[in-house]
Amino acid sequence: MLYAILCYNDEKVVWSWSKDQDDAVMARLAVVHERLAREGRLRPTARLMPTTAATTVRRGEEPLVIDGPFAETKEQLLGFYLIDVARLTDAIEIAKELAAANPGAGGYEVRPVALFLPGAQHT
Amino acid sequence: MSDVEWINAALIAARPQAIGALLRYFRDLDAAEEAFQDACLRALKSWPRNGPPRDPTAWLILVGRNAALDQVRRQRKQQPLPAEEQISELEDTETALAERLDESRYRDDVLRLLFICCHPDLPATQQIALALRIVCGLSVKQIARAFLVSEAAMEQRITRGKGRVAQAQVPFEAPGAAERAARLAAVAAMIYLLFNEGYSTAQAAGDSRASLCDEAIRLARLLLRLFPAEPEVMGLTALLLLQHARAAARFDAHGALVLLEEQDRDRWDGPLIAEGLALVEKAMRHARPGPYQLQAAIAALHSSARRPDDTDWAQIDLLYAALEQVQPSPVVTLNRAVAVSKVRGAEQALAMIEPLEARLAGYFYFFGVKGALLLQLGREEAARTAFGRAVALANTAAEAAHIRAHLDRLSQGAALEPRSPNEPSVSA
Repeated sequence: MLYAILCYNDEKVVWSWSKDQDDAVMARLAVVHERLAREGRLRPTARLMPTTAATTVRRGEEPLVIDGPFAETKEQLLGFYLIDVARLTDAIEIAKELAAANPGAGGYEVRPVALFLPGAQHT
Repeated sequence: MSDVEWINAALIAARPQAIGALLRYFRDLDAAEEAFQDACLRALKSWPRNGPPRDPTAWLILVGRNAALDQVRRQRKQQPLPAEEQISELEDTETALAERLDESRYRDDVLRLLFICCHPDLPATQQIALALRIVCGLSVKQIARAFLVSEAAMEQRITRGKGRVAQAQVPFEAPGAAERAARLAAVAAMIYLLFNEGYSTAQAAGDSRASLCDEAIRLARLLLRLFPAEPEVMGLTALLLLQHARAAARFDAHGALVLLEEQDRDRWDGPLIAEGLALVEKAMRHARPGPYQLQAAIAALHSSARRPDDTDWAQIDLLYAALEQVQPSPVVTLNRAVAVSKVRGAEQALAMIEPLEARLAGYFYFFGVKGALLLQLGREEAARTAFGRAVALANTAAEAAHIRAHLDRLSQGAALEPRSPNEPSVSA
């Protein structure tokens, strides 16, 4: 079963970390990433740039192109994982591990994937 | 990152908005800072125990405000307000209230706070010091170290700055569109100045002055979050990110300056460049070019070239020509001349900069560029003279060492390429 783990946190905190702090968090997360990859459970995963780099296309008769994220929220979607696990409890375990490696507030939304298009493989 | 470290990061991130709101509430900078400080101390006690609140900024504003009111009431021997532990529990109602109060105004709160720091009555150095102290929350000691002055001198500078802005009486009503645009421009200029202060004086990547660049980027991101659709704010942020991406490559192991064409491009920071390029692209969609966007676009072309020879000098020449139109300055023309030398040769470039000599007689890069162009034309004696002037005008040991290396090689008869200064153009 494919699950998405969506990472939410306050980007104004995360993007004010110093490079050293950021590197330290990424190194702790990398331990989890590598293990998941070894176990064959890690699927496409991405860290997103801050929402200041985002552009939103709003549907309408004439689609509206807006600078910024889709919704103004206290916590922003900062990245996501796709993981391949048998049960929800496994996905929750992984989310807990990620949370332990990543300090502070924010949270991980675990959501089953309804449709997955792997796309063309990059060579 | 430990809990305490995370809390500190959260407090720093919340600071501009929280102090901005407290300032609107108390109408007094010292009172706002004190209330925020008080709230931070309480956060350090309460958050590790109760977990961080859902909305740290709203929590800090409420607690800071209550702490200050509490003190007033205590002085009047009245009932104290609920303690902050209870505020965490009352979060849903209290936070919702705070949001209703603040959400619509926080953008102007933060802009006002930033604008107060760069009030036109203040000299540039005081503007930067004030912003670092009040908005970024750096200690006086840290700021003093970055400016290479004593703590006492910096303390005095900040106190004097605060006194002046208190007299200037920036109005607290929501500004009109024109006033808001004027404030935005002043704040952007201050952030750029702050970045340049770090960029031009740091002598190595780990230099304490280099941290000024990080603070400037933090402020630029803050401004962009407040004004996500302003192309010039995108341009400013992109410009700083793209310049800063080269920080690690700008100095060699001995601390000598390495100019753009000699830098090891593998040491450039890929993610910063990617973000900068994304912002340049977003800004260009608006088709409202301005000085920051043009400079960012130039930096983007440099950043996109895998090797120096891949640089699109013709496009850079055009962008500098556009920059000369919107922001005429001899420094811009000087930078353009470097691009011209690549596209149309050193002769034309030299003709372009010679009329600038009177106005740039005190500018290190002018003589560096002039020397390099003369050398390219085989006029070694004149080149030597120009490089000599450059050494005398160098602002840092690294700059002087760089030019001396030219002179040394010149004595050895080696041929040289001219170099792009591509430093952020110091406002001239």
